[in-house]
Amino acid sequence: MTDKESKEIQVKPKQELTSPAEQTRPGLVFTPNVDIFETDQEITLLADMPGVTADNLSIDLRDNILTLTGEVAPFEDANEEDVLIEYEIGKYHRQFNLSSVIDQSKIDAELNNGVLRLSLPKVEKAMPRRIEVKTG
Amino acid sequence: MLYRRFFNVPNWGFSKSFREFDRLRSEMDELFGALSSGTLPRLSAGVFPLTNVTEDKENYYVRAELPGIKSNELDIQVTAEGISISGERKIPVEGNNVRYHRREREAGKFSRSINLPGEIDVNKVEASMKNGVLKVTIPKSEAAKPRQITVK
Repeated sequence: MTDKESKEIQVKPKQELTSPAEQTRPGLVFTPNVDIFETDQEITLLADMPGVTADNLSIDLRDNILTLTGEVAPFEDANEEDVLIEYEIGKYHRQFNLSSVIDQSKIDAELNNGVLRLSLPKVEKAMPRRIEVKTG
Repeated sequence: MLYRRFFNVPNWGFSKSFREFDRLRSEMDELFGALSSGTLPRLSAGVFPLTNVTEDKENYYVRAELPGIKSNELDIQVTAEGISISGERKIPVEGNNVRYHRREREAGKFSRSINLPGEIDVNKVEASMKNGVLKVTIPKSEAAKPRQITVK
């Protein structure tokens, strides 16, 4: 692991959301980049949402659909003039379909430096269990 | 009276369809206007991180989205012409026993330098990280600041 040379990050333009539902408010909507991984106990979701504060982030799980929405305030003051603009800002929005094994009462969310970490623990009965086969 | 009503009724239909056409044309103009005036992302150096540079009378502001990077992991150098931002984004390994469903976040080194269009005051540069967004405030040098001249 240590001898593995770290590669350089390539520019990945923000992905604009191609939503099936129409927007009712003007503004750009982006899909955040996410990592999702699963262990036997839980599913963890990490999402890059730079500029989003905890107050402006909403996480909603209903009917097995997890919805992440983050609002971003405009970065500049009114009296600033653009010199070079390479990225745009807008709302973040992304939905995931989860299987019904999530224990909704134990969901835990943490926002740190613009990265959301969402822990979705599985319900007890969904955890894999080894079944011993007895020989009679 | 009869004459007027007779001829006006179909005429409404005609003017309506022309209005429709006008609307379509103005929408097209808006669309192309947006393309050239640049509400869409403009020229980019293609180097991570993408940066936005703005200015007011006193300062230049350089902003970049760097989610998950702590302020002590960033190296910001200032020269007379501009600044350079470099660092490394690390994504910790999440245990051995995990199965990934999505892996879109990228880790790696980055280095970016930006030349500013005017003279800057190298000693008063300030940088802050907030919610994964870097903001560097670079004061313009006294000579480069615009000055109001009163006409006597």
